[in-house]
Amino acid sequence: MRLARPGGFVALLALLAVFPLFAGNYPVKLLHEILIWGVFAMSLDLLMGYTGLVSFGHSAFFGLGGYVAALALLRWPGATAALLLPAVAAALAALVIGFFSIRVSGVYFIMLTLAFSQMFYAVAFQAEWLGSNDGISGVPRPVVVGLSLAAPRVFHLFLVGFFGLAGLALWRVVRSPFGHVLRGIAENEGRMAAVGYPVARYKLLAFVIAGTVAGLAGSLFTQLNGYVSPDAFFWTTSGEALLMVILGGTGTLGGAFLGAAAFTLLQSLVSSYTERWMLILGLTFVLFVLFAPGGIVGVLRGRIGLRA
Amino acid sequence: MTAPLLAIEHVSRHFGALSALNGVSLSVAARERRAVIGPNGAGKTTLFNVITGQLAPSAGAIRFEGRAIVGLAPHAIARRGISRSFQRTNLFPRLAVGENLRLAAAADGRGSWNVLGSVDRLAAPLGRAREVAEAVGLAERLAEPAGRLSYGEQRQLEVGVALATVPRLLLLDEPTAGMSPEETARMTRLLQALPREMTLLIIEHDMDVVFSLADRISVLHHGEVLCEGTPDEVRADARVYEVYLGTGDDR
Repeated sequence: MRLARPGGFVALLALLAVFPLFAGNYPVKLLHEILIWGVFAMSLDLLMGYTGLVSFGHSAFFGLGGYVAALALLRWPGATAALLLPAVAAALAALVIGFFSIRVSGVYFIMLTLAFSQMFYAVAFQAEWLGSNDGISGVPRPVVVGLSLAAPRVFHLFLVGFFGLAGLALWRVVRSPFGHVLRGIAENEGRMAAVGYPVARYKLLAFVIAGTVAGLAGSLFTQLNGYVSPDAFFWTTSGEALLMVILGGTGTLGGAFLGAAAFTLLQSLVSSYTERWMLILGLTFVLFVLFAPGGIVGVLRGRIGLRA
Repeated sequence: MTAPLLAIEHVSRHFGALSALNGVSLSVAARERRAVIGPNGAGKTTLFNVITGQLAPSAGAIRFEGRAIVGLAPHAIARRGISRSFQRTNLFPRLAVGENLRLAAAADGRGSWNVLGSVDRLAAPLGRAREVAEAVGLAERLAEPAGRLSYGEQRQLEVGVALATVPRLLLLDEPTAGMSPEETARMTRLLQALPREMTLLIIEHDMDVVFSLADRISVLHHGEVLCEGTPDEVRADARVYEVYLGTGDDR
């Protein structure tokens, strides 16, 4: 079982890599969104599912990565601008936001992270040098190790590779000694402190890791679309990632990816029939929370039924 | 005379108008096994909470190995070598028994910041977890989630988690509470078998456990130390019978 998982992941990546050979432009575009949102949702799940920190401000890092990438790529369209700068910016922001937010827990943590992300939104919405409410457009794709990501095939493989590496990295993190400490904190924070863990420092590092990965996802989202707007910072971006995590199954990285896929496909499918796709999505979400609290992964594992 | 391992000096703790601890002074020597007894509401658990940093004392000083520990966070006090079990079972219910113990054993921090490595490569905590599981009689249950253990087994694990950190001072808060006579006897044997290097401070209501374990006994009453002495001295003290059997309602 344990050995089958990495094998399955490699097979999935191979399948994703050759997907454009069999599919048209629109499905490929959807796949790209799923990959990026999947990484974003996985990074949130590191906090929600593994550390017990329900953040409602994860968009701060997604948006920051997106904006930093946009500004940097317009000047120097290389790997530094596409990956390094967005990651560093998101990590620093996560360090500061995390430093203040992890001092509180529960609803206060949710509200504080939300407030921080909305501050970013307000700044992006008003600052003229960030394009105000239009955001920044005409962002070129970078040239990475001599390959121009402007070519659709190259960009596709780049995205699949990014998804694979991010997934692998997070998978290693949750299985590492550090990841096990996070699970202990999620289970019983007080006892972790009582046996000698400086709980706040572990939470902060988890917050920084999650923020960094989210920033990278944001950068990729800017590269995918060629623009970034204040919406990346808006609370709905955090909310959608939360829905993806819960829909897929909190506390399972694969679930976060499946949740991102289900959310994106549902949105695209339903919105082509009706304007009220949010209603359908909301209904689906309610049904899942009531009857499949383990999310898609829980259903796959055969756990269906009302929570006792 | 050598300095005590744990020195509690005039410690008070008030909750509003209620004073749970009222100028408690208590010294525990290294290698000693000390029992703290007293009726409900005497302040025993509050004393533990103050020692381990879960509560700040309103007044007084606490020294461990000669160094002041008041004001340190619970994790920092634990790192100094003090570990405790809780009166109300306080485990990681969805994690396996082995993982409960391994987490406690790895709490010294070595390797726990490793973000990409494998848990299985940290041999020391794994070994310690197995050792403790053996000691508390849970070696057969390593893979079981802690939440699915029976009540008695959870109490064993509760003590095991405290033991796994290899403390120099172990505080046990009613380890046999709610246990059957057989389970109590097994727990007593387990505690008797602990190495002497592990100094023991134990709150216990079961007098058989207390008298078979303790070198010295401190009797707490209304947040004050009523008397202290060897088991024989305490047994002979008329005041102890009064507070336990007296007419006054201690709550």
